[in-house]
Amino acid sequence: MSLILENVSKSVDGQDWIRDIDLTLEPGSFNVLLGRTLAGKTTLMRLMAGLERPSSGRVIMNGVDVTGTPVRQRNLSMVYQQFINYPALTVYENIASPLRLAKLPRKVIDERVRETAAMLHIEHLLHRHPLELSGGQQQRTAMARALVKDADLILFDEPLVNLDYKLREEFREELRELFRTKNCIAVYATTEPNEALALGGHTAVLHEGRLLQYGRTPEVYHRPNDILTAEMFSEPPINVVPGLVTDTEVTFDETVHFKLNADLRSLEPGRYKFGVRASHIGLVPHADDDLELPVNVDLAEISGSETFLHVRNDHFQLVLHLSGVHEYSVDEEIKIYFPTHKIYAFDMAGSVVHVPSRLGGF
Amino acid sequence: MNKVENNKAWFLVLPMLVLVAFSAIIPLMTVVNYSVQDILGRSAFFVGSEWFVQTLNDSRLQSALMRQFAFSFTILAIQVPLGIAIALLMPKKGWQASAVLILITLPLLVPWNVVGSMWQIFTRGDIGLMGYGIRQLGYPYNITRNATDAWVTIIIMDVWHWTPLIALLCYSGLRAIPEAYYQAARIDRASKWAVFRYIQLPKLTNVLVIGVLLRFMHSFMIYAEPFVLTGGGPGSSTTFLSQTLATMAIGQQDLGPSAAFSIIYFLIILAVSYVFYVTIMNMQKDKAENNAGGA
Repeated sequence: MSLILENVSKSVDGQDWIRDIDLTLEPGSFNVLLGRTLAGKTTLMRLMAGLERPSSGRVIMNGVDVTGTPVRQRNLSMVYQQFINYPALTVYENIASPLRLAKLPRKVIDERVRETAAMLHIEHLLHRHPLELSGGQQQRTAMARALVKDADLILFDEPLVNLDYKLREEFREELRELFRTKNCIAVYATTEPNEALALGGHTAVLHEGRLLQYGRTPEVYHRPNDILTAEMFSEPPINVVPGLVTDTEVTFDETVHFKLNADLRSLEPGRYKFGVRASHIGLVPHADDDLELPVNVDLAEISGSETFLHVRNDHFQLVLHLSGVHEYSVDEEIKIYFPTHKIYAFDMAGSVVHVPSRLGGF
Repeated sequence: MNKVENNKAWFLVLPMLVLVAFSAIIPLMTVVNYSVQDILGRSAFFVGSEWFVQTLNDSRLQSALMRQFAFSFTILAIQVPLGIAIALLMPKKGWQASAVLILITLPLLVPWNVVGSMWQIFTRGDIGLMGYGIRQLGYPYNITRNATDAWVTIIIMDVWHWTPLIALLCYSGLRAIPEAYYQAARIDRASKWAVFRYIQLPKLTNVLVIGVLLRFMHSFMIYAEPFVLTGGGPGSSTTFLSQTLATMAIGQQDLGPSAAFSIIYFLIILAVSYVFYVTIMNMQKDKAENNAGGA
């Protein structure tokens, strides 16, 4: 079972919602659609599902052109942001509903419902009504309904957005586990880079209706094709600083100079945009060639047990992603350590020209 | 710190008490007063339950009551399904939605006695569009002579006047269902009937309960429209409760029995509404429990 999108575009009222997307999803793959709000994730899913027809291009499922096939004649299921279940039916009947519509024998239905419910840990709730359940349990019911019918394609449209963070972590792990053995194609839309990383599989980065990059999730993360992908696929976004490479030296905005190291030697002299991940800049040196940089603190943003430290000098601003809670006062002078061997270089148009050789660690 | 006794709360509750007293208790007490006494000028005699017994045995009131129930149940049986059907057929968005909404709502804005006059003219055999039209088709339509004609006309009039209320309530209920439900149903390959039965109807239950209650209470008190349209006739075939009561209280000045009957009237509406509400609520609970047993 494979799903191929060929030059798929969708415009509504003269606005391009999806622009010319080519994408091949392999059988049994778990695919994350990563993009900000309005990037076109939901529209792309609706096109995959056949809930909407592309303005141009073809959708091919298992070698068959299904571009014009309405959703009713396809075999897929979808889980939404909202918890969508039949309110008047019990959890059991909700899970059974796709099978009943497929007119399967009672015994088979009963077996499959109980099996799926057990997989999602809701076997004790089968007699309850969805509205009597917690949000997490309602979403489990919706997922069971999606999983029970052996669809070729399962679409998840930001299914965990309305759940609290503890539940999300739990769900992510279970989802990966559930799909390890399945042969269907799963597509999972999210706005959060960290969720994409946690889910693994493959990731497609979307921006303003265009597909920026598709590949194995760690691959896309470590080797972005351009600045935009790198920015989309990191939280906080990757730091971008313009700079100059000469025969011997790298200069960031006239203030920071360091010797051209082995890693960057392949770069032709000229102007570049350099990218450094927020998590790669530290408060203590990690390697001999780390560059010490005096800066002033703008803001220390504490998120959970992590700190996003916004700093600046006279020429540029940077964000550091530190683990642990760190407190700073505004304008405080500190020293940060810049990893000269973990620098991405992009040409002025934004395409990647150099990926650091020593990757690893987020 | 010592706790100081403070009766300020009473002053805060007082305005509410006064308001309730004036709006409900005092007017009602007047009626109660009349219902247990025989009042003639300045003299009053306590008669106990006499008026109540007399009223309950009054065959004129009994038949008006039966007529009233028949009327209320008939219009509910028509208006509720019809209202749901109209709501389902109404456009969901765009200028068409606003246009249809306004057109549908218009009858609700017409005052009761105007509705009666409108239909009175409308159904006349000589100049009324409907009356004349039906006669031209060969049926000797006449609401002043034929009780069935009068009945059917009053029911059509009420359906025209009030179905929009049910349609409006259902329409708002339907709009509150997220689009994702319909999408999910399409993905499930559910039929239109299944969508109605398992998504739309359950989501409409609450507005329907309100709609049925409102329509029941309202129709049970119907006065102006039949009064203007048929005057309660032919004979007493369309004389409903409130008109009977008005004749008794104002026409015949039988204040005691009228007061007794007002109380009975009020209690009937209260009781039926209460029983309906409790039954629906219990049905929902039972369904939940039955399903629990069934699965």
